[in-house]
Amino acid sequence: MDLVLIQLLNGVQYGLLIFLAASGLTLVFGIMGVINLSHGSFYMLGAYGALTLTQFTGDIFLSLALGVPLAFVFGFIIEWLFIRHLYDRDHLQQVLLTFALILIFNEAQKILWGSYPHSVPVPGYLQGGIKISQFLSYPYYRVAVAAFCVALALAMMFVIQKTRIGRIIRAGESNREMVEALGIDSRLLFRFVFASGAALAATAGIVAAPLESVYPGIGEPVLIISFVVVVIGGIGSIKGAFVGAILIGVADALGKVYFPAFSSSVVYALMAAVLIARPGGLFGRAA
Amino acid sequence: MSTLAILAENINTHYGRSHILRGVSFRVAPGETVSLLGRNGMGKTTLLRTLAGLVRPSSGRVQLNGNDVTLSRASVRSRAGLAIVPEGRGIFPNLTVAENLTFASRTNSKGERPWPLERVYALFPRLSERKHHWGNELSGGEQQMLSIGRALMTSPSIVLLDEATEGLAPKLRDEIWSTVKQITESGIAAIIVDKNLNDLLALADRNTIMAKGEIVFDGSSAALRADEALIHRHLGV
Repeated sequence: MDLVLIQLLNGVQYGLLIFLAASGLTLVFGIMGVINLSHGSFYMLGAYGALTLTQFTGDIFLSLALGVPLAFVFGFIIEWLFIRHLYDRDHLQQVLLTFALILIFNEAQKILWGSYPHSVPVPGYLQGGIKISQFLSYPYYRVAVAAFCVALALAMMFVIQKTRIGRIIRAGESNREMVEALGIDSRLLFRFVFASGAALAATAGIVAAPLESVYPGIGEPVLIISFVVVVIGGIGSIKGAFVGAILIGVADALGKVYFPAFSSSVVYALMAAVLIARPGGLFGRAA
Repeated sequence: MSTLAILAENINTHYGRSHILRGVSFRVAPGETVSLLGRNGMGKTTLLRTLAGLVRPSSGRVQLNGNDVTLSRASVRSRAGLAIVPEGRGIFPNLTVAENLTFASRTNSKGERPWPLERVYALFPRLSERKHHWGNELSGGEQQMLSIGRALMTSPSIVLLDEATEGLAPKLRDEIWSTVKQITESGIAAIIVDKNLNDLLALADRNTIMAKGEIVFDGSSAALRADEALIHRHLGV
């Protein structure tokens, strides 16, 4: 029973982390219509950025405060340099260019940080854990990450539902041309959305760094699982990304307990089931 | 001579290899209502989209209130006073009526807001009743009202209406035309594309007929009514 409880908590926490990455991906895909394969690279750069920044700051949360604005600016520059040339092109060209970005980022990572795994320390004040039973406890850092992710998710939903920029983002998801025709510069909107997506993926990478080792290619599994979340939740839906990520996290964790031989297939089975029942995703428009 | 609301000179627009607009020159004075007539596929919507900046012409020049906007994006033209009510209405389905209306609310070049939310609600009381409904929960007529109301809230000097009464029942159509008349009487210039010839002839100060991407007639409603052969040839009535 303890194992199931721990796995359930891990699943929810993993899902919350994946939500951060998937929410950026769903915004970029839903509003800009761009399939961004390099999204996982921003997660990787976030994790490696956390490694370097924490060597200077000594605290992962200070690294987060510095790393997120840097990731936003980096995303802004990448959009201006590369992504903006993709809007009027088909998905194949988007895939080719963003795949090329993965290769470039991976090489840059090897040059800057090498091919060996690294670890990022958990801050001293978050060492230890909450006692769940006589033999098990749940790490404070994981609780802190989950709380941070929930707070960020609530903040994002508030921004999307209640603010002017949120209205513009929602409108852009349904009719980009009309947004432009009503006086909103869609170039700036797209640049902002892409940079936000990059910052969200990097945020996930930064807070995840102390949870696992930081290693080459760390972003690729995140990219794949983020696409699964986007498909389950519905393209462009932040709420869908949240629900989809939690479902995936829990399914993955419980799959490891109950179906260890097929655990890696459980999330894809879940995706297939959702696609059969609701082809547009749980919160997406009908396909 | 006062500055024109819209001046387009020798516009050529292509979609891929298709040459849609062929040397179109077109002008609208401030406060003038111009109908744009012609059979389907003659270039009316393309002309509106070119004027709005949603399609870039291959050659030619567009001026808006005396300023050259040929190379300007649609968003710049919108902020300079041009509003479009597009074919299909362009409602944001995932925004409420109130959010759709206030989405691009802004003042005009004089810093005035001639069409505040209350005035739009007074013009379309049904929108006020449904202000918390989502865009996709509205009927076709209500969506049309919303699209027009949203355009007005940008404080435009000229409105382009593309098939504003398409698919609407006659009573609702009359309601839309009566509203459009109120709008044009408030001093906003309008270019109107629609299939209802008689309604347009009653409303417009001037009528323009397009055929195969060119303007083949430009004149008053009386002159057009008097030329039955022209109407038969280009409008198929």
